[in-house]
Formats: sequence, structure tokens, C-alpha cells
Amino acid sequence: MNEKQLHSLSPLGDSAILINFGNAIDETINKRVLALFELLKQSAIKGVRDIVPAYCSLVIHYDPLIKKVTNNITAFEFYSQQINHLLNSENQLTIKSSRSVKVPVCYSTKYALDITNIATERKIPVDEIIQLHCAGKYRVYMIGFLPGFAYMGEVDERIAMPRLSQPRLRIEAGSVGIADKQTGIYPVASPGGWQIIGKTPLSIFNKDAEDPIFFQPGDEVQFYSITEDEFENY
Amino acid sequence: MDTIQDQGRYGFQHLGVNPSGAMDIFSSRLANSLLGNDLLTPVIEMHFPAPEILFEQPAIICITGADLSPVINQKSIPINQPVLVNRNTLLKFERLRSGARCYLSILHGLKLEKWLDSYSTNLKAQAGGWQGRKLQKGDNLFFNNEFEFSSLIGNNDFISLKWSANGFDERPGNELRFIKGNEWDWLKDDSADLLCEKFLITKDSDRMAYRLNGKDLKAKKGQLISSAVTFGTMQLLPNGQMIILMADHQTTGGYPRIGHLISADLPILAQLVPGDKISFRPVDLGTAETEMIEQANYLQHLQTTCKFKIENLYANL
Repeated sequence: MNEKQLHSLSPLGDSAILINFGNAIDETINKRVLALFELLKQSAIKGVRDIVPAYCSLVIHYDPLIKKVTNNITAFEFYSQQINHLLNSENQLTIKSSRSVKVPVCYSTKYALDITNIATERKIPVDEIIQLHCAGKYRVYMIGFLPGFAYMGEVDERIAMPRLSQPRLRIEAGSVGIADKQTGIYPVASPGGWQIIGKTPLSIFNKDAEDPIFFQPGDEVQFYSITEDEFENY
Repeated sequence: MDTIQDQGRYGFQHLGVNPSGAMDIFSSRLANSLLGNDLLTPVIEMHFPAPEILFEQPAIICITGADLSPVINQKSIPINQPVLVNRNTLLKFERLRSGARCYLSILHGLKLEKWLDSYSTNLKAQAGGWQGRKLQKGDNLFFNNEFEFSSLIGNNDFISLKWSANGFDERPGNELRFIKGNEWDWLKDDSADLLCEKFLITKDSDRMAYRLNGKDLKAKKGQLISSAVTFGTMQLLPNGQMIILMADHQTTGGYPRIGHLISADLPILAQLVPGDKISFRPVDLGTAETEMIEQANYLQHLQTTCKFKIENLYANL
């Protein structure tokens, strides 16, 4: 595999660099994105403020003022050179092994606002929807939208439901939803259009915790079903 | 809406924590520069109608950004100029003369707690700033330092200090400069030409994004696989209209990024209000950086000078 052909660097405004790895939701591509994410974190380039991995791209937010105005190069060129050096120096993008995370979900209709509709529409019993959702191992491709909102994929075709045409004004924190082939959990109460099939008692976002965010990009997630009682006493 | 903001929360966008921070980065830093404060000192960002603030203790303050006609005990005080205010005086804002949001900085800052390395209020996370929320009636904020200025201020309600600066730059015609985005090529040719025409800032504009209304822009493709965005990103919606992401923007988005406003021009947009019209002009990265460096150098130099003036003031108490 020729490493050099797999990425392209371009400016994302005057304070960030976009690295594209292709244009697909694909585990192999995402693994490369996260490998570069790790490598960049470790190399701690001075002036880098944020590194944001997504499905098949990664953005580096930098401070353009760190660079002294010399050599007539732009800050974009200055940082690009260092990133290219990293990419080419073949200390190789090592794929970090995923962290396994198990997430309890109560699929009771008390919380699963859309599960009955999905059952009707897809002609699958509710139990089977739960089974299908729990059977999968999902990858956290990226975190975005809200603090700690993990985009996980991919759910079984049979329960891949489109977003609601009319988003709800408020979805409770912990609600587990489906949007197309993605599944995710609302970390905080928010308006939203994902179809809700359950709720987790876990704090997906807790501002007072040392690590306020439950998920990390690259996590491997599995859901398991709990009863209403178990949910309330969790 | 009034919140505590600093220059933004960085280092957590990979976890979906958006940076927040002051909308008008220039004016918020100017308020600190004029007091000789560290430029990262948190300030209060206020919108009209703005709060009434009772100073129970004397302080040196500086107001920048929008001109909301500030008065202390009914007497006008200047903006873009430090003011020594006496104890038990009331700061009010009478009317919106220009701009959209103003900044209040206090010498040596306010007693606040950092959340994830920043003082900025993140309303979605309900964290940072002042108890993670907007300021409301009855809140008591405390100064980092107590001041003793009685020899200087006597029985006056306030004294304007003897130095000032020019405020934010209003640009005739509101032509904003941008760098072409990664999806610039998705625009059809005749649509790209339309960017120099006028776009209206609609009432659905806030700290998250400014929604524009203008001629329909046509794209060759529609959805993008979600990818990171930034303050100033110009996204093209499926309906042919643009939004510009502002300080409270989400970390990622799925709309084509046709451009990004240059950092030096973001303060201009942040001081425009619904009903104002803007247009766009592409520039290169070199221009964007030169302008940004110029702004930063200006503020840094001003900060150094004013710090010296404040030290002198103390020396003569």
C-alpha cells in the first residue's frame, strides 16, 4: 500500500489543516485516521490546539501565530511540512487496538419512543429489534455534534432507520438512537432526529468527572439489554 | 444573553466539546489589552438589552465592542477606554448604537473556575464560565483582587483613565474575505460568481451560526461525510443558502464547506446583526495570516503599554 497516495493536505481556513483519507465510511480508512490521530498526539507539535478525527478525515487546528514570520512560508506550509514529515518518516502509523466497552440499555417502551413504530414499519417483533441491536459490535467512528456524542456503526440493515422527518425538540440524556446505519447515545438533553430505541443509565457525559466524556474514537461497543428495574437501580 | 467567555476551549474537540469563546475575539482581547490584563483573561460578553451591574467594590473596568451607551449612575462613560468606578455605583446600558455585542473586562479579572482548561461558557455542556449558564439576575461575581483607590477617586462615581484605543473595525460595504474551502469546487461556476453579491443576515443568527439569505447557490453534489469544521466555516445547505459557523459551532458537520472567513474578519461579522448585508471576496492564505499577525501584534503591543500605565497608576496611589 503506498502511504503517500492515501492522504491529501489542504487548508481549512487560516488556522486549520484538513487531511482527507478518501470519501467513505469504512473501517480500514477510519483506522488509518485514528492511527494518525494517535501519532499526532504523541508528537505534540508545538502550536497544535486540537486534532479532530472524523470518519475519513482529520483536522488539525493550529495557532498561526506560533510560527515566526520567516522564510516566506505560511503557517499552513509550516505545519504541513511537519505533518508530512511525520507521515513519511515511517515510524509507521500503528493501529491501536480498540478499547472494548459494554453499554447497558433499557429497551422498555417507557424510554424507547420509536421502537414500536420501527417494529410495525419493518415487520419485526420488538424483541428481535433488541436482539439485533445487541448482537452487533460497533465501532466509534468519530465524536461530534454534542459533547461526547459517539457516531457508531454499523447497525443491521433490518433496523437501519432514517432520521425522523420532524426532529424532537428534546431528547433526554442517555437516549439510544438509530439514524441510517449509525447508532448513538445522546450525552446531554438536546433536540434531535434520531429514532430512539432505548436508554442507558450510564453517564455518557459528566462535566464533573475527571474524564467527562465516556467514549473515545475507535472504541468497540456492545450493547446489552437491562430491565426497567435494573435501569432504575443501576 | 450574557456569558463569561475567554479565547476558547481547545484540546477537546475530538470529544465533541466545541470551543465556544468570545464571538468578537478582537474586542474581547482589546478590553483586556487596555487594562494590561493577560489577553486570555475571561470577560463578560453582553447583548442588548444588557444587564444592570452594581459595583459593590471599586474596580477598573473596560468596555469594548458594540456601543450600548453605557452609563454609571446615569452619566455616560466611554468605551474602548479604562474607567475607574467607585463602590456602590450602577452600570447600565441605555441603547444599542452600533454593533451586536459588547465586552466588559475587569482589571485582574473575576474569580471563576476553569472547566477543561478554559473559562468559556459551554451552554450545551452546561459547564464552564459562571455555573455553566448565562448570567442571570441576582448573580454575585467576585473580583480576583480587591482594589483600594479612594485617594484617586474620592467621591466621584467614576474617573475615566487617560488612555484609549480605536474600537472594532467597521468595514464599509461589509465585504468579508474568505479562503476557499475543500468543497469549493462543488459550487457550480455561476454560483461561485454570486458570492460578491449581497447576502442578508437573517434573524435565525446566534452564537452558533449566522444564517444568510441570498441568491440560491447551486452545488454539483449534496452531502458530505461528516468532517470537522471551524469558526468561520461557510457551509452550503441543501436549500442553496449559506450558514457561517460562529463561536458555539459544532465540532463536525456534513454540509459542503465552500469557504472559511479569514480570522481577521470574523470580528466584523460578529458585530453585525440580523438585517445587515454582507458580501464575500476570496483571498489567499498569506493575506489572511498577515492580517491576523498585524491584529495580534497591535493588541500585544497595546497590552504591554497599558500594563505599564496601570503599574504607574498604582505607584502613584
